[in-house]
Amino acid sequence: MKPFDYVRPATVAEAVAAAAQPGATYLAAGTNLLDLMKGGVSRPDLLVDVTHLKGLDRIEPLADGGLRIGALVRNADLAHDEDFARSYPAVAEALLSGASAQLRNAATVGGNLLQRTRCAYFYDTASRCNKREAGSGCDARDGENRTHAVLGWSESCIATHPSDFCVPLVALDAIVEIEGRKGRREIALDGLHRLPADTPERDSALEPGDLIVAVRLPPAARGFAAHARYLKVRERTSYAFAVVSAAAALQIENGRIKEARLALGGVAAKPWRARGAEDVLKGAAPDAAVFQQAAQRALTEAKPSGDNAFKIELARRIVARALTLAAAGTPARMPALPASPFASTSGAIHA
Amino acid sequence: MPELSLTSAPAHLRHGSNIGQPLTRRDGILKVKGQATYAADNHPAGMLFAVMAVSSIARGRVTSLDVDAAKRHPGVVDVMTPDRRPQLAIDPEIKTNPFVFRIEVLQSDEVRYANQPIAVVIAVTLEAATEGAALLAPRYETLSARVGLDAGDSFVPPVVGVGNPAENHRGDVEAGLASAEKRIEATYETPPQYHNAMEPHAIVAVWDGDSLSIDMPTQGLMLSVARIAELFGIAPDKIRIRSPFLGGGFGSKGLMAGPPVLGIMAAKLVGKPVKLVLRREQMYGPVGHRAPTRQRLRMGTDGEGRLTALDHHARTVSSTFDDFYEPAADASHTLYASPAIRTSHDAVRVDTGTPLFMRAPGEATGSIALESAIDEMAWACGIDPLAFRLKNYAEVEPITGKPFSSKALRACYEQGAARFGWARRSLQPRQMRDDAGLLVGWGIGTATFPALMFQAEARAAIRRDGSGAMEIGAHDMGQGAWTALAQIAADGLGLDIDRVAFKAGTSDLPDAGIAGGSAHTATAGAAIHSAGAAVIAKLADLATNDERSPLFGAGNAGVIARDGRLFRRDDESRGESYAEILARAGLAEVEARGTGAPNPAAMEEYAMHAHGAVFAEVKVDPELGQIRVTRMVGAFAAGRIVNPHLVKSQLFGGMIWGMSFALHEEAITDRRSGRIMNANLGEYHIPVNADVPPLDVITVEEHDPHVNALGIKGVGEIGITGSAGAVANAVWHATGVRVRRFPIKIEELLT
Repeated sequence: MKPFDYVRPATVAEAVAAAAQPGATYLAAGTNLLDLMKGGVSRPDLLVDVTHLKGLDRIEPLADGGLRIGALVRNADLAHDEDFARSYPAVAEALLSGASAQLRNAATVGGNLLQRTRCAYFYDTASRCNKREAGSGCDARDGENRTHAVLGWSESCIATHPSDFCVPLVALDAIVEIEGRKGRREIALDGLHRLPADTPERDSALEPGDLIVAVRLPPAARGFAAHARYLKVRERTSYAFAVVSAAAALQIENGRIKEARLALGGVAAKPWRARGAEDVLKGAAPDAAVFQQAAQRALTEAKPSGDNAFKIELARRIVARALTLAAAGTPARMPALPASPFASTSGAIHA
Repeated sequence: MPELSLTSAPAHLRHGSNIGQPLTRRDGILKVKGQATYAADNHPAGMLFAVMAVSSIARGRVTSLDVDAAKRHPGVVDVMTPDRRPQLAIDPEIKTNPFVFRIEVLQSDEVRYANQPIAVVIAVTLEAATEGAALLAPRYETLSARVGLDAGDSFVPPVVGVGNPAENHRGDVEAGLASAEKRIEATYETPPQYHNAMEPHAIVAVWDGDSLSIDMPTQGLMLSVARIAELFGIAPDKIRIRSPFLGGGFGSKGLMAGPPVLGIMAAKLVGKPVKLVLRREQMYGPVGHRAPTRQRLRMGTDGEGRLTALDHHARTVSSTFDDFYEPAADASHTLYASPAIRTSHDAVRVDTGTPLFMRAPGEATGSIALESAIDEMAWACGIDPLAFRLKNYAEVEPITGKPFSSKALRACYEQGAARFGWARRSLQPRQMRDDAGLLVGWGIGTATFPALMFQAEARAAIRRDGSGAMEIGAHDMGQGAWTALAQIAADGLGLDIDRVAFKAGTSDLPDAGIAGGSAHTATAGAAIHSAGAAVIAKLADLATNDERSPLFGAGNAGVIARDGRLFRRDDESRGESYAEILARAGLAEVEARGTGAPNPAAMEEYAMHAHGAVFAEVKVDPELGQIRVTRMVGAFAAGRIVNPHLVKSQLFGGMIWGMSFALHEEAITDRRSGRIMNANLGEYHIPVNADVPPLDVITVEEHDPHVNALGIKGVGEIGITGSAGAVANAVWHATGVRVRRFPIKIEELLT
């Protein structure tokens, strides 16, 4: 491997100062970064290990009814936190459908947000990739691309963001708290990940040195707990990224949808909030017809970027199904196969 | 490595014989405690690390390597390239026998597939060697890669598999099709697949003058010794290979591949012990794989649903520089009775490493196509697919007309169907749903694999203390050879298994033959059995010729060996212990050798195959196309079962692999560059635990007096056959959609 320096800052300020240097990168659990380094995809000069920073591993209920999740909280710890799973069931379900149990035990909240695309051409250093090396070209565009983006892609990049966790989070208006060289700021998660346009090398709105310290769920996010699901179609039951996924969350009052939240995963370079579809749902009776209509609306702008036209139709069906499941009510217990269309299969071995 | 000390077996139920007991594997505790020493666990003093640099192009030439940059990197000791490498005694391009395949050991700057080794960096740490390899920054002269089943002009290969004719005929296929009442024609495609053994290929090589000591996982100790001897120009007895455990081989560790040879060369170059372990992605190229196929099947039936013709053609690929042809169409030789059968192959050359043996080579690829087509034919006839298979049951081997040495397939169908509940299956597809509204489908596939035998030798001894020893250079790939062969040894010596010192896994022991072709237990077992009989005969001679022995004069009546004693066959009250016989004779031990080999006369007379029937249930989400296998039952008849526990595990593994074949596995090759885009275990999908349903294995009683002395047919590969087709057929039955390109993908079912 390329030799690199390693520092373990004691404070957030020290961390930010260290990571702002050229060639520096943050290391948390490393479940993605270390693979990237082993493959020569990422060749940092300095790793700034943030796993020993104090106070970033807490799940804190806020006075206003919101929740603050420290960036170093492990994916598994968050998913298995009873209060969290009860209040934000679709987020817990998404977390448990991601990666494998071993990876979830290690991976952090902040790291999950900032994981890189799984586009094979990004990982293959012999291929051209504008995200890995700006301006080099995109070998995925005419390559093996049946799982690539159908929304928000550009000629320079058709990669998708792989996170499951981010999909319900973006639906629930999660906010990202960032410490940077100019102090603390916060942005909506929806604004964290960037669509590629002409600069796919920039995954996110973060500046050098920026450290995600927490993810916050606003008070309103709790209001969907009774009708919230995450649904993920994938090529095996665990340890596989979504072909397409969707998070659906509804508030139903007096037989009407008072408020709807919908986001898609595996379809774009960011978790894809489908606000147009939410508008279709708002105020309607929760029935199959409106779910179909919402599904159509969610994918209006979709277009294939390669051998992946099927993903558009699949996404429509997943949206309609996720809405149907959400309307039926959050299950009392986490399904044995979280987010799977076979979630209800009895006797299944837990994924 | 300390002398291998196997844990003793727990107190299992005994019924007078070691063979047939479901012993847990004797090396199990070593493995779960991390004390089983695999090749890469060895660290001789002064050892250096070697890392291969591999080509990123599939075809062309390396024009430059920045050797200086690599050498400047701290810790790098040397860089081995075509310009700087030890001379080999023979050109690695020369095929000295049919089991030698061409390897890339830096003999030139030519690149003939992606991930081909182009240099080796040797350093004091793994990290330094890895970075040194990256710093080589190779430049290439690149030619366009030839990729896929239509890459170029096709040709008929001289042979397929191991020496099988590329074409076979019996009867008149065209006439059979012309006269048929019903006909089907269908084309199926299977993708390239890679073995992906958990343990990558690894070697630790230590030269001492012209002696060579090697730790390396191998399925063929003596073949490896012979190949290394000729490549390095040293006598075979100067080479010692230790291979006590393999973390899976599946055919990829059968023959010497290039990378371990590079490890030995590197050790020679630097004059120190060297370890070379492949990275996962480096296993997608130089160590073999299963070639893709496109198979066209044509069948016809008469008005009763009896086959009138079966035509199976397979297109496959080989590398541009060597010949191995997946004998996929040969799967149609043995299973279904048809008056006319034709099997044929053609191939194109592509820029890949040479495809080689991978678990059930030919049988697995051919089986999924044949079993799918048989299902399509049954449907065309409106007949239940099990009834259709029974109607076309082969009483003799269809392609040769030979009788079977044994064939309990009918019992497999009956017992499997009963366990599965097959009788309740709807004939029409897309009729069954579960409570949640998911589509339910049931499918069947017939399993078959030849009962092969190779050559092996074993050495047996009975010692003065009454204990026994059995030595054979056998290979435990995880299948349980340490246990199953020791069971055979114990019976052969007439001793309890704990009284037998069983030695295996090193090249200085008698040749056990290759652990492949599902023939290792049969072959090594036959040698062990015969060595046991030979040493008992010597012991009996001592006793029956000694007038002080109670067995004196029993020569004609004969003696039997049991529990460490010899008894007169006609009077079991007369006998004495092994220890008494040897003590009286003043001998420390008696020893004898025995061999195992195929019986040419029996092979001439009989067709020898294991059989099975696999039943699968899948559920499919009707809108989303997501598939889940929910149940599998496999009933197999494979002759004598040496250890039912280990055999069940072998068959489970095969069935899971069959399911993987139908639904998951595929090496995705970039059609422009010839690079494999998912050369890692994250993206090359195999089933995870959560994908594997409850599996049920039935081993059907079968006695075969012809295959070998012990009646063993082997179970290593048969499980994958039948299973893949059963799952594919269940998907059709659930959905009404016949997918003919494997693995079956979600989009195919988004109807």
